[in-house]
Amino acid sequence: MDKSMTSMVVRVGDGLTSVIDIRGDVTAASEPALMAAYEEASRQGARRLVLNFSDLKYMNSGGIGMLVTLLVRANRQHQPLAAYGLSDHYREIFELTRLDEAIGIYDDEPSALAG
Amino acid sequence: MRENPASEGRPTAQAGRAPLPRNAANWATKVDRLTADSGGGLNVAGRRLTGPVQGFGKMWRKTYWIELSPEISPRAVIATWKGHFGEFWPKASRFKGPLTGLSPGDVALLDVSVGGGVRLSTGVFVLYADEESFTLMTPQGHMFAGWITFSAERSGAVTVVRTQVLMRANDPLYELAMACGGHRKEDQFWTQTMTALAQRLGAAPGVVHRRTVCVDRRRQWGNAGQVWHNSMVRTMMHSITSALARKRQPAPGPR
Repeated sequence: MDKSMTSMVVRVGDGLTSVIDIRGDVTAASEPALMAAYEEASRQGARRLVLNFSDLKYMNSGGIGMLVTLLVRANRQHQPLAAYGLSDHYREIFELTRLDEAIGIYDDEPSALAG
Repeated sequence: MRENPASEGRPTAQAGRAPLPRNAANWATKVDRLTADSGGGLNVAGRRLTGPVQGFGKMWRKTYWIELSPEISPRAVIATWKGHFGEFWPKASRFKGPLTGLSPGDVALLDVSVGGGVRLSTGVFVLYADEESFTLMTPQGHMFAGWITFSAERSGAVTVVRTQVLMRANDPLYELAMACGGHRKEDQFWTQTMTALAQRLGAAPGVVHRRTVCVDRRRQWGNAGQVWHNSMVRTMMHSITSALARKRQPAPGPR
């Protein structure tokens, strides 16, 4: 498998919500970067997390599995997880894997922040 | 057996929309429920797919891996594995997939020995497949809700072949079964499978390593009702009713 080329940038979205901008490839190899981003968001006091997939280039099944791990960690801390910027293709993958039942999917950042 | 011909006829880009990613053809297309066309196996038609989010029990990530000679390429490993998947299973279990190998959207039927003479008939769905990995997803009634990813990659001087299971037991009965030997049986299952694969690839006998992590200790009691779909119970009931029906049939008279 290709080594993942991922960049995760954490920024404050709206009040107690943090946005994680995900750029590049999301595979199992992206786990350290995503977990570091999650910890940074939590340190900033995030009560809610929004994943921005607008610049996602590629995601495989390992990447989907990693999102489940993130979801469990966030649930443990009572931090709801939302996402936006998914292409039609990846929105369909979220529905197929039924991740959309646990991660709120939105069209854009304002609606994701409004939650 | 193909639930959806994953990418056959799929456009390379959708007008006015984001271009499809380079691995779009490696994903199955969306299905709401498995259909009777999926091979007609017991406990498959009409079932929804279930991921680790939907299961009942504790969430586990189990990784099994074996190191092979670097002369065996990751692509050769996955091509052999996808093409002959069921041939590496322990003898007491049967896997009925497409003769041409596993592709995204395929549904394969399973008939697995779970010990004590009890069998489990269910299926799996091929969620993702590329040249170096493939992932199976389970339907309602399967022993667990989750994904199993098979992969191979070059790591230093070896080719590492990996099976990773991300799962929750699907209902309270299965959770109990997993705690009472089910996990051990699953460990044996994948160890035997990966050993058989390595032998087929001509590798020297090696050790299958294992790492088990409990990702989430909580049980999802809201999903306890999934016991209704339990394929083990349904397989047993089907066996009993079939035997009774055979017994009731009048014996053929003398000609």
